Amino acid sequence: MRTFRTYFAALKMVIALTLLVGVVYPLATVAVAHVPFLHHQAEGSRIAAGSSLIGQSFTDSQGNAVPQYFQSRPDGEDPTATGASNLGPENVVDTLPTPGDPGKTSLLTNVCTRSVKVGTLEHVSGARPFCTPDGVGAVLGVYYSGGNVGTVTRVVSLNQACPAAPFVATYQGAKVECAKPGEDYSAAVVTPIRGDAPAHPVVPADAVTGSGSGLDPDISPDYARLQAPRVAAARQVPVAEVLKLVHKHTSGRGLGFLGEPAVNVLQLNVDLDRTYPVKAN
Amino acid sequence: MSTAGWLQAAFLLMVLVAVHVPLGDYMARAFTSDRHWRIEKAIYRTVGIDPDGEQDWRRYLTATLAFTAMSIAALFFLFLWQDLLPWDHGHPGLGWMLALNTAVSFTTNTSWQNYAGETTMGHVSVMAGLGVQAFASAAVGLCVALALVRGLTRHSTKDLGNFWVDLVRSIVRILLPIAAVAGIVLLALGVEQNLHGTQLSPTLAGGAGTQKIVGGPVASWEPIKLMSGDGGGFFNASSAHPFENPNAWSNGIEILLMLLVPVAFIRTFGRLVGSLKQSWTLLTVVGILFVGLLLAASLAQGAHSGTVPTAVGGQTEGTEVRFGVPGSTMFGLSATGSADGAANSSYDSFSSLGGGTLMAAMMLGEIAPGGTGSGLYGLIMIVLVAVFIGGLMVGRTPEYLRKRIGVGEMRYVVSYALVAPTLILVASAIAVALPAGRAGMGNSGAHGLSEVVYAATSTTQSNGSSFGGLSGNTPFYNLGMCVTMLVGRYLPMVFVLALAGRLAGQKPGAVTTGTLRASGVNFVALATGAAVLLALLNFLPALSLGPLADGMR
Repeated sequence: MRTFRTYFAALKMVIALTLLVGVVYPLATVAVAHVPFLHHQAEGSRIAAGSSLIGQSFTDSQGNAVPQYFQSRPDGEDPTATGASNLGPENVVDTLPTPGDPGKTSLLTNVCTRSVKVGTLEHVSGARPFCTPDGVGAVLGVYYSGGNVGTVTRVVSLNQACPAAPFVATYQGAKVECAKPGEDYSAAVVTPIRGDAPAHPVVPADAVTGSGSGLDPDISPDYARLQAPRVAAARQVPVAEVLKLVHKHTSGRGLGFLGEPAVNVLQLNVDLDRTYPVKAN
Repeated sequence: MSTAGWLQAAFLLMVLVAVHVPLGDYMARAFTSDRHWRIEKAIYRTVGIDPDGEQDWRRYLTATLAFTAMSIAALFFLFLWQDLLPWDHGHPGLGWMLALNTAVSFTTNTSWQNYAGETTMGHVSVMAGLGVQAFASAAVGLCVALALVRGLTRHSTKDLGNFWVDLVRSIVRILLPIAAVAGIVLLALGVEQNLHGTQLSPTLAGGAGTQKIVGGPVASWEPIKLMSGDGGGFFNASSAHPFENPNAWSNGIEILLMLLVPVAFIRTFGRLVGSLKQSWTLLTVVGILFVGLLLAASLAQGAHSGTVPTAVGGQTEGTEVRFGVPGSTMFGLSATGSADGAANSSYDSFSSLGGGTLMAAMMLGEIAPGGTGSGLYGLIMIVLVAVFIGGLMVGRTPEYLRKRIGVGEMRYVVSYALVAPTLILVASAIAVALPAGRAGMGNSGAHGLSEVVYAATSTTQSNGSSFGGLSGNTPFYNLGMCVTMLVGRYLPMVFVLALAGRLAGQKPGAVTTGTLRASGVNFVALATGAAVLLALLNFLPALSLGPLADGMR
């Protein structure tokens, strides 16, 4: 009987607390959010073209970068499915596409592909460690005579689908093959090849990696500086003028040490359109 | 890691230490005051309980479990039928397995999420469902810890206090006021707070068509999500989403909110047992463990060893530019060390050893500083182990705060200490052995094992953070995790309350020269050592096969 009373009291307590912290508290906060100083933020920091807090892509309908705009980090564009790739640091082997299976690229190949793409767009080298010149992960599958010891018997460039030419011709005396989509190479020892690309590539880190939210509104000042000449050319203004606007939209570290310097891409692009509109040809 | 990164960490920890003193003192007054506030009296009257009645450990436990059962039931039906409520914005009711998993997850203070928040939950489910349990589950943790503290301070009695009063005061006097203030601050910094659904907006370039802007009551959710040790995101991206965490300032505040109540509660403990020396001693133990883990994680993340980080030139995959790698690493460690489990980046994409450190922070038993309430009782359990070992080593009677720690007491302590490792290792083994378990892995090889071990650890330790690559919305994981979450949360509570009852019944002991002093360098080393030793003995094999194998390749 006493136990039953306890459960009944518990049910009433859940209801009472629901009213207090589940209804009154959040709705009171909604009400407070209507005061002028808070209202803009409460509504999601909206501006004419979206929200200044939410990243968007600056591409044409074919998905190509629009040259007069600074480009965001390589993220998806759907804010209703936020999130990261969740691929780990040793995710380096692609599942190559076969008829009926679109395949799945590894994180390493994603990084390499983006680097080559950004490099091409900005007319700089897209080379990175562990990447092939054609922009996939430079990863060999090495077969040894005794499992993972002994002499090399066979080598496959795992991320380069035939008929691609492997990024190295030979590995420890054995000829390197291209990979046949669908073939099982799981018995090979996965061996990423560093290559001779510089440890600090020209294309910055944030330009080749996905963010945590999938909607990162910012890019690093390095990535903005890399893009400035292209944007300046498309708008027919001196690069220095564009860099001035980049500087204006760069938020430094709070107190000098909180967070990282970041350039808000949407606000920068909106300001560019206002200050240096693209001349119609 | 950059100088700015180290300064940021040092600054936040200094603010934390400064704030924990007044807050801890205030909390001690809140829990010992014999005056009831008017709103509290109204709640007691409505519910029909006597706020001045005391409970023994069995009745305290019964009330805890009854409140839990009713909470799970309320959440379950709320999620099942959320489409009948206002502001559902077209989200259908959840399937029963996901509804059950989510109800258990938020009631147990885990907030593991097998769903993406913005595409699943209506606003009422967030406010009146998740929001209520964020407050309540944190308060339940505080309640159980308070009962243990009373066990340590009282003698020759069965009474451990009143669960309902502890519950209501935790919420009304502590969690709600901090949440209300922090919510407005976050709102001012850019966290949204509205009841809109998804709004379409034009984009600047227009190439990708319109953009969806998701509305919601985020600013009221965010502070309690962090403070409670709950950690579940309004959005799938959790605190990486700009609407949850818009800039470096909000990131710092969110880190502080996660650590705030668990750390201040250590001060409260000192006040309640009448020895601030005790609370400084325990804070030192917690500080050594936390800073040690933070150093390890920061160095691992900063070194960016591993194939992809080397190719990238940094550990930036899955991190936001505005927080940077240091801001993401400290957030991650605060979220795993505090049992909160929020994320402002993808822990799955952390460097192998960095991600392994997050796992180690949970495996330590959520004591650095641990969950709201649960951190303190976990810490006291470790201290009792240390006292017992220390007492035996020097041939003195194991005593703590004038309580004898004999065989009867140690039985509960050891049972408590065995729950988590047993559950984590057995659950991981089952998941890896069954095809249904392996099917959920998002990465292959050692990293796939890391995902599974991380999930088992996170759900058992009421953390809720994840290596997000694991696909958990399957019957196997939905129901299996219900078991790890329920057993991992409540079985230890049973042992804590039983121990509290036993301690309260002891007659007062006298402090003699034969008593081992529970302070000073020796004791700090002993307690820290006990925590590390227990964690290493239990989990080193699992860590070697997962993150260590991944990172050493």
